[in-house]
Amino acid sequence: MTLDDLWNGTGEWLKGTGPDPDIVMSSRIRLARNLAKYPFPHWASEEQLEGAISDFESAYKQAQGYFNGALFLRMKELDSIEKQMLIERHLISREHIFNPEHKAVLISEREIISIMVNEEDHLRIQVLQPDFNLRDTWELADRIDEELEQYLDFAVFSDLGYLTCCPTNVGTGLRASCMVHLPALVMTKQVGKIVQAIGKLGMTARGLFGEGTEAYGNFFQISNQVTLGHSEEEIVDNLERIIKQIIEQETAARNSIFANQRLLLEDRISRSLAELKSAKLISSEETLGLLSIIRLGADLGIVKGLDRSMLNNLFIQIQPAHLQKKEGKQLSAEERDAVRAEFISKKFNI
Amino acid sequence: MFCQVCGKNEATVEFTEIINEEVKQLHLCDQCAKDKGIEMEQNFSIADFLAGMSDLGIKSSKGDIQIKCKKCGMTFEDFQKVGRLGCGDCYIEFRKNLLPLLKRIHGSTRHIGKSPKEVDETDGKKKISEAQELRQRLQRAIDTEEFEEAAALRDRIRALEKKAKEKP
Repeated sequence: MTLDDLWNGTGEWLKGTGPDPDIVMSSRIRLARNLAKYPFPHWASEEQLEGAISDFESAYKQAQGYFNGALFLRMKELDSIEKQMLIERHLISREHIFNPEHKAVLISEREIISIMVNEEDHLRIQVLQPDFNLRDTWELADRIDEELEQYLDFAVFSDLGYLTCCPTNVGTGLRASCMVHLPALVMTKQVGKIVQAIGKLGMTARGLFGEGTEAYGNFFQISNQVTLGHSEEEIVDNLERIIKQIIEQETAARNSIFANQRLLLEDRISRSLAELKSAKLISSEETLGLLSIIRLGADLGIVKGLDRSMLNNLFIQIQPAHLQKKEGKQLSAEERDAVRAEFISKKFNI
Repeated sequence: MFCQVCGKNEATVEFTEIINEEVKQLHLCDQCAKDKGIEMEQNFSIADFLAGMSDLGIKSSKGDIQIKCKKCGMTFEDFQKVGRLGCGDCYIEFRKNLLPLLKRIHGSTRHIGKSPKEVDETDGKKKISEAQELRQRLQRAIDTEEFEEAAALRDRIRALEKKAKEKP
């Protein structure tokens, strides 16, 4: 796979396939791993950071089964738009673009696996799949971990598990999460209560782009907080159970709006559609909000003839860096808003 | 000036936000600033957590603060400032002070879950076994005069050896 293939392709997780694609957009597993012989990245010398990169490079090449056609990128070789695009595609974290000199990322075909090298930990293994699919996603991450383990000596103690730079990740080093779309719970103002309840169960809710971001477009990432003292399977099970409950709650809220406030709902949906069709300047924040309502409309059968994967894809395509890549140049915020409005209106004026 | 988020109320708070390398200065009203504040709370870092530890009754003595990791040179004081450890060995060196912290964060100090396979089947390279790891840690505990820790480690090694002997 080349860089162009990556930009022209679509991440598997946006395909919108599977049994529950309307509420759960994607399932993600992240494992934090460190190489025993080097200090953690923030405390390592340049040579040690380079050592970690080359150790990982030779390991993944031996573990080819999972990485046939994968793309290995040094962060310093990407321009700022490309780095931003990787964030928008959920392939790297926002932290990974700072001090890019000794950082890298490996991205598998269809963007299912991505491994950041020298982020907070030496390795951050991510597996991202469409739909509510936590167990399979975990099993794949587990196999990749075991494969890499054959060639790399991970920092691990029998009593504390995998050692991580931040003590909040020690133990399993596992963060399991689901991205859920909860427009009806937001509309009925129940989402705050749910976020609170999740917190009490050792889980946390974040915005669309992870830590510290807002829940634009009514998307929330629900993930476990605790990594020590529970097995990986327990963590995945717990999250699965909570997500099932959230699906029930959102479905109930959708049904109630559909039954009791049908006209109000149809009004919002058709207004959103009209705005998307006719806006001349539109921010990504506003677009996400409107797309969220359209997505709800499509889920409830009120908006017809819209392809889910097209809609999911739009959530990424309207992001600043993706727009700039398409235009082939840097754009100011206002220029972006104009280009975005044009792009979106073409998509909906068919 | 009106709030740049809601556009309705008078802006009373100046707020700097850094999103993807872009620094945004926002003028917000009280309500919107409060909403942003909720977001900031979620961003609560481990360094803040550590800074608040003494309020929670978990105090590190002067001597503890100066403990230095022999492998990477990080002191416990460094850790308290940055909220990140320097290397895997820091978990041994700062153990006494880290365990209560781990207990607070995770409600546990014991890993239950997968561990690397002991022997690498492809090249036969032996990964470090639990007993080896414990012996290394015992040596370190003796070096640093952590006798309580050393005694606990010795017991675990004995138990392991006993178990090994019982196996056919």
